[in-house]
Amino acid sequence: MKELLWLIPALPLAGALTLILAGDKLSRATAGLVGCGSVGLSAIITLLIGFDFLSSPQPYHQLLWSWMAVEGFHTEFAFHLDALSMVFLFVITFVGTLIHIYSTGFMVDDDGFARFFAYLNLFVCAMLILVLADNLLLMYLGWEGVGLCSYLLIGFWYQEEKNGYAARKAFIVTRVGDTSMAIGLFMLFQAFGTLNIQELMTHASQTWQVGAHAAVVIAFLLLGGAVGKSAQLPLQTWLPDAMAGPSPVSALIHAATMVTAGVYLIARTHVIFELAPDAQMAVGIVGAVTLLLAGCSALTQYDLKRVLAYSTISQIGYMFLALGIGAWSAGIFHFMIHAFFKALLFLGAGAVIMLLHHEHDMFKMGGLRKKLPVIYWTFLIGSASLAAIPFVTAGFYSKDQILWLALAGEKGNPVFYAAALAGAFITSVYTFRMVFVTFFGHEHTHVGHDAGRSMTVPLIILAILSTIAGFIELPHTFGHVTLFSDFLNPVLPTVALKPELEHLEVLFQAIAAVVALSGVYIAYFFYVKQPELPTVIKKAVPGLHHLWYNGWGFDALYNTLLVRPYVFLSTLNKNDVIDKVYGGMVTFTQYCNGVLVRTQSGMMRWYVMGIVIGAILMLTLGLML
Amino acid sequence: MMLPLLILWLMAGGIIAWLAEKVNASLSKWIAFLALAAAFGMTLAWWMQMNTSGGLNVWLMQYDTPWIPDFGIHFHLALDGLSLLMLTLTMFLGLAAVLTSWHEIEYRVGFFYFNILWVLAGITGVFLTMDLFLFYFFWEVMLIPMFFLIIIWGHENRRYAAYKFFIFTQASGLLMLLAIVGLYFVHGIASGTYTFDYFQLLNTQFSPQTGRLLMLGFLAAFIVKLPVVPFHSWLPDAHSEAPTAGSVILAGLLLKTGAYGLIRFVIPLFPVAAAEFAPWGMALGVLGILYGAVLAFAQTDLKRLVAYTSVSHMGFVMLGVFAFNSLALQGVVMQMITHGISTGALFILAGSLYERIHTRDINRMGGFWTQVPFMGTIGMVFAMASLGLPGLGNFVAEFLTLLGAWKATHILTILAAVGLVAATAYSLRIVQKVFLGRSEQKFTLPDLSFREKMILVPLVIVIVWLGVYPQPVMNTVKEVITLTLNPTDIKPTTPRISDKDIQKGGTHDRK
Repeated sequence: MKELLWLIPALPLAGALTLILAGDKLSRATAGLVGCGSVGLSAIITLLIGFDFLSSPQPYHQLLWSWMAVEGFHTEFAFHLDALSMVFLFVITFVGTLIHIYSTGFMVDDDGFARFFAYLNLFVCAMLILVLADNLLLMYLGWEGVGLCSYLLIGFWYQEEKNGYAARKAFIVTRVGDTSMAIGLFMLFQAFGTLNIQELMTHASQTWQVGAHAAVVIAFLLLGGAVGKSAQLPLQTWLPDAMAGPSPVSALIHAATMVTAGVYLIARTHVIFELAPDAQMAVGIVGAVTLLLAGCSALTQYDLKRVLAYSTISQIGYMFLALGIGAWSAGIFHFMIHAFFKALLFLGAGAVIMLLHHEHDMFKMGGLRKKLPVIYWTFLIGSASLAAIPFVTAGFYSKDQILWLALAGEKGNPVFYAAALAGAFITSVYTFRMVFVTFFGHEHTHVGHDAGRSMTVPLIILAILSTIAGFIELPHTFGHVTLFSDFLNPVLPTVALKPELEHLEVLFQAIAAVVALSGVYIAYFFYVKQPELPTVIKKAVPGLHHLWYNGWGFDALYNTLLVRPYVFLSTLNKNDVIDKVYGGMVTFTQYCNGVLVRTQSGMMRWYVMGIVIGAILMLTLGLML
Repeated sequence: MMLPLLILWLMAGGIIAWLAEKVNASLSKWIAFLALAAAFGMTLAWWMQMNTSGGLNVWLMQYDTPWIPDFGIHFHLALDGLSLLMLTLTMFLGLAAVLTSWHEIEYRVGFFYFNILWVLAGITGVFLTMDLFLFYFFWEVMLIPMFFLIIIWGHENRRYAAYKFFIFTQASGLLMLLAIVGLYFVHGIASGTYTFDYFQLLNTQFSPQTGRLLMLGFLAAFIVKLPVVPFHSWLPDAHSEAPTAGSVILAGLLLKTGAYGLIRFVIPLFPVAAAEFAPWGMALGVLGILYGAVLAFAQTDLKRLVAYTSVSHMGFVMLGVFAFNSLALQGVVMQMITHGISTGALFILAGSLYERIHTRDINRMGGFWTQVPFMGTIGMVFAMASLGLPGLGNFVAEFLTLLGAWKATHILTILAAVGLVAATAYSLRIVQKVFLGRSEQKFTLPDLSFREKMILVPLVIVIVWLGVYPQPVMNTVKEVITLTLNPTDIKPTTPRISDKDIQKGGTHDRK
């Protein structure tokens, strides 16, 4: 079965090519079928390979062809399947298929129907290459490929100038991170003469001591790539704007898959990060700070999708925090659960926005609970999972694990724990703020009909996954199931606990549960019981609200420091100052010409005079020398 | 015998195309097209034949006959992997240039195709010559027809651009001529044989000071042609004022003769002086990458914008050549080919747009995707190539160059990598301004015609092929690169493809 591996990315690629080349000629039904079918088939093959993999869990290597081989450097188009890539494959193809199906309903009236599915398929292909690549260069191909598709899809409605701006911003900001990653690749190649990931990890652990200078530098460079793609501090600014794309895009690319590529990269190269404790600590710090900053921004947004965007940044912050404390499988577990519930929330939000005729402001929604029951219930389940409501949601188990290990893991510390706990409270508040404002209270905008089945079925499936998927990994105080971490164990090492804290786990779980529930109550109090209070608070601290609303002013900072000076300098020099030098030479020559031309006046006495003066000068010079 | 025939074939084709105008103007097009198609087939056939590796025997064909024996001037042509790739590219882009002019040129059609074929013949000669005097001759042969192409069929400001192009190239070419003559005498005085032969002039011994001066003469011609900032300022004018075919040949091929000259002459003839110059060379390369990218971002004339991207991309050539290792040189050769294709394609697109809307001002464009999705898709592909997206050939080129350059210099490589971010900014700006957004003016554009697709689709296929499977190209130049870095091993050995070409080669001195 495993030899079919190449088909998993190849099928979406074939779908994309078909739709690009023949998209206009295909009917909508056919185009939708090609789009969903190719990814659906990949999902089925993934499932088959998955069963095969469970029965024989040794890594599988598939060489397609040699990409380039020159003196001292060779690299292949080759795939490496292990438990880590298996998890990503599963999430990408399954969530991908659901989102494709949803899109057939969501995009039904759009002129660019076939183009949309072409880009979506291309994205899935690139993302699959990213997680399957056996070497960093091929991973870089997938990495940039998803960046391209993200650009194309954010700017999908290309006639709006602001969509184009958001798309370019996303591409350029992530490219800054990519460049850092590329330099990391150069260093790795110089150190070990290969870019094959498995070989690199073996060499690294054999050659470098913990804390080796090269390891630290390389880990920081890779982290640079990761923060760009995963929208973490300081390169997080592109993600909120990326919401300009259609909602299924936000669900697939900007929540479930692409933005977690940074998490994948760090987990994949975890050996280097373990050899570079400073860099690993930096990963944790980036995560902790990002999750707090983004959470605060999420509290103040009005646009439903922007709340979710900041929430995504914040949740990826949790994953980075987990990676930073060496809780590798906890980070990946949260990635998977997050993919389910965040895709669900984006799809639900997209459905609401579509049914309300592209109304994004949730304060103009309200009271949708009765009108849109399926969307309401699924959205509620997703929100509960995001807010980590105890025991019944998957999000509780994945986030609780990170909270607990942030304190009790051997690399954990109270500061990380405090940040994560505060973040959990904020998450719960903004999540239920969103739920109460959108679905409770008075109806502000009239809504006609419910969403079609192609949209509701994926919502229901994702809602189920957002609940039951948590049960494959339960804390040992509560069921003690470790299916997921056992599965990943051959690839990612487990985290050791601090012995003095081990017996306190129940206490900290209780704290996490209380925090999550109190967040819900706060949201209820402010937005249902006393809905005038938030306005009062906002008026009391306008500066803070403004700061949070604008994402802590990073955009303004970058615009002032980088964008405007660059545009200014480049516009200033539009006509190329160097060319002026040559122009000056021309002007000078012409001037000399003008002067000399005047000597040719046609008047005999001037010529005679000239000859006489010349003769005198020559004689003088001759005598003097 | 095949090598001089190839050049003669193009020249004869040019003359016949000119004469054919008297009969029928469209006959000229067909003659030019067929002449190039045959030449392209020829180069492909040679490439097929060379699959077998000959170790360090890189010469596939050779032709050598005395031309002006009193001065030691030979008509000496030789073909190795590098020349072969460049010739294949020449014919391929030549075909694209002819096809793209099909309807664009309506005035003095015969003379136009004469000039196209002669400039290509000159380029072919440059890529084949192993005699420095002959090299200078061909260097001039490609200059004059190009001057005519710009001054007769160019846009509004064509006179200025043509003179500027001519003066820059000619002035720097004269410095090279001085250096060639200097080398001739230095070698003659030292060894007693006065010759312009490349193989004999290799390993000439001279004092460091002489070597430096002579190298600067060669360097002058090549870095003006490449071009390297601050000698680039002829290029934006020439590229933007030339007719589409002229821009394609300029960007795709003429610039490559500069790169070729660096690899073929500067490094092997002056290994010591070139190594001394290397840090400056790389610094100039990086300066070009960044300066070109910033300028490209500000331009509003589409062709001028693309022209500045060339300045930026050619910086990678300079960086890679002077990094002095085989990885970087592989990258440079890839860059020569992929840049030729991607920039050629962008100029062809600019030309197609100009035919439709009669402006090159991107502020007047916008929102064309709705009307011309096929053109938009192709524009997107080449904008992505230009920003170095993996999976397209330009990425392979730039990545290998940077990977090699990293061994030589860390700071400059990092700065060059920053250029990739700047490249993203200008490439996306092209797509945005032309195809996305809304149009303020109501243009009606037909999508690409069959002829235009026949030009652009092969270019897309090649750029993807080079991106995912560049190995054939790399194998073709592998040995040439090894030799370039060890010039003492360059020998005029028996060519690998055909024996009858070297009958005359026996007379020529073997060290």
